[in-house]
Amino acid sequence: MNARVAAPSTGGRSVGVVTPADLAFDTPLALKGGAVMPAYALRYETYGTLNAARSNAVLVCHALNASHHVAGVYADDPKNVGWWDNLIGPGRAVDTDRFFVIGVNNLGSCFGSTGPASIDPATGRPWGAAFPFVTVEDWVDTQARLATALGIERFAAVIGGSLGGMQALQWTLSYPDRVGHALIAAATPKLSAQNIAFNEVARRAITTDPDFHGGNYYEHGVVPGRGLRIARMLGHITYLSDDAMAEKFGRDLRADTFGRGLDVEFEIESYLRYQADKFAAYFDANTYLRITRALDWFDPAHAFDGDLSAALARARARFLVVSFTSDWRFSPARSREIVKALLDNRRDVSYAEVDAPHGHDAFLMDDARYHGVVRAWMDNIRP
Amino acid sequence: MSAAIRADFETIAGWVKPGARVLDLGCGDGALLAFLRERRGVTGYGVEIDDERVIASVRNGVSVLQMDLEAGLSGFASDTFDHVILSQTLQAVRHTERLLAEMLRVGREGIVSFPNFGHWRVRLAIALGRMPVSRELPYQWYDTPNIHLFTLHDFEDFCASHGMRILERRVLSGGVPVARLPNLFAATAAYRFERAG
Repeated sequence: MNARVAAPSTGGRSVGVVTPADLAFDTPLALKGGAVMPAYALRYETYGTLNAARSNAVLVCHALNASHHVAGVYADDPKNVGWWDNLIGPGRAVDTDRFFVIGVNNLGSCFGSTGPASIDPATGRPWGAAFPFVTVEDWVDTQARLATALGIERFAAVIGGSLGGMQALQWTLSYPDRVGHALIAAATPKLSAQNIAFNEVARRAITTDPDFHGGNYYEHGVVPGRGLRIARMLGHITYLSDDAMAEKFGRDLRADTFGRGLDVEFEIESYLRYQADKFAAYFDANTYLRITRALDWFDPAHAFDGDLSAALARARARFLVVSFTSDWRFSPARSREIVKALLDNRRDVSYAEVDAPHGHDAFLMDDARYHGVVRAWMDNIRP
Repeated sequence: MSAAIRADFETIAGWVKPGARVLDLGCGDGALLAFLRERRGVTGYGVEIDDERVIASVRNGVSVLQMDLEAGLSGFASDTFDHVILSQTLQAVRHTERLLAEMLRVGREGIVSFPNFGHWRVRLAIALGRMPVSRELPYQWYDTPNIHLFTLHDFEDFCASHGMRILERRVLSGGVPVARLPNLFAATAAYRFERAG
C-alpha cells in the first residue's frame, strides 16, 4: 500500500494575502438557454504579474462549490485559504513567479459574482427563481469577456478540475485561438445517467424543502437549509472513495456503545452533518440548483450526434488530461474518452492516470505524482 | 546515453520517415521521441505506465499517455501512425502476440529492438550453468522484468507464422554492425516490419 500514500509535492510557498476585485459588465449577454443577462458583475482574484506581452495569463476555472478564491489568504480571514493553494504560488507547480493567474467566480454563483441572491435591477428584489439557468458555455463566454477587459487576448493556459476541467475543455472549443494549453483534471466529456441521478436527488432535496418557496426564499427571510444540507451530504459521498471513507472513518463510533437510535453514532455521520452545516451556512440553494444543472447539460458532443471526436476537432490547445484511479464520480474511463477524441484529432495531449486513493476530491489534494506532472507540463509552457 | 542506446536510436531514426507520425510504446523518459523529433521532425505520442517516467516524458516535452500496454491499444484508431515503435521492451511484455498484432493495427510499420538471447555470451553463461547477466541483460534472474527472452531466429519464425513481413533488420554488438552469424554475435537486434499480404 506504500505506493498509494500521497507524498506532498516539494517547493514553493503560498501567494500570501490576496484581495478580490469586481468588474461590472453592461453589455447584454445572450445565454445559451435563451435568456439575456442585461448586466452583471464578476468577482475575481489575480496572483503574479501580467508580463509586457500579456502572454503569461493562466485562468483557473472552479468546480461546483468553489470560487475565485483559488490561492492565498485574506488579511481579515487568514484561515480562509484558497481552494487550490497547494498547486498555485511562487515556486509551486503553477508558478506565480512566471504566470499571471486569474481565478473568477462564475456567473450564477454566490461568492460575489452576480447570482440568484443578487438584486435584479429590474425589480429591485433578489433574482431568486427568475435568475436564468447558465451553462458551461455561458461561463466561458463571461470569462472571455473578463479576459478582454483585463487586456488578455490569449491565455497561456486554462486549467481546472471536475466542472472546472469541463470549462477548460469548453474554452478550447469556444475560443480555440485564445487558449494555448488546457489542463483538464478529474473531468468528463458529459455526465452519466448516474451522475445526473445524484444531481437530481440533491435538487429534489432542495426544491421540496418547505423553506424553498419556489426559489424566492430570500423575501421570506429563510433558506432551504434542510434540503441544502442533504444535497451536500449526498454530493460529498460521491467526492470520496469507499477506501478513503473506510480509511478516515471506518465504522468508528462517536461513543463507546451503540445507542441504537437515530442520533449520530458513527463518525461518518458526524462528518457528513458537520460538512452539511458548514456548507448550508455559506452556499446559496439556487446556485446549487443552477450549477448542478450546468453539469447535467454539459455535452460538447451533443451538437455532433454524440461524436466527441467531431466536437473536439475545433480544439487547438495542447492538453494535459489527468484522472484519478479511485474517482468513481468521473472515473478514468471518462477522461480516456476525452483523450481518445483528442488522439482521433491528432491533438497534442498528455494523459496521466494517477493512482490516488482520495476519490474525486484527489484533484484538490497535494500528491507528488499529480503535482509533479502538472509542474513538468507547466514548466514547458513558454509564455 | 550509452553507446548501445545511441546505436538503437540511430537505427530507428534511420528507418523513420521525416515528419512521420510515431507511437513509441514503453517510451520511458521520452528520450527516443525527443531524439526523433529533433532528427526527423516526427510527431506522435509515447505510452508509458510508470509515474516517474510519465513525469520525465512530460518534462522532456513529449506527449505521453499513461496506460498499460498489456491492455492493448484500444485508445488508438486503426492505421493512425506511420511507425509504431517498441524499443527494448518486447522481452518484458506478457501478451506478446496481441501487442504485436495491435502495433500493426494502429500503425503501418512496426519497429522492435530487443536483446538477442542467442548471443554467444548468453549461451556460454547458460552452458556454464548460470542465467546470463550482461550489458543488454543487466538483471539478476530474481529481479528481471524480462519474461519472454528470445533470439533472432525466434523472432523471425514468429513473424513468418503471424503474418508479419520483415522489411529490414539491423544487428549490432557494442553499437557496431555484425556481419556474420548474427544470431551468435549480435547483442541487440532491431527489425522493421509490416503486415504481410
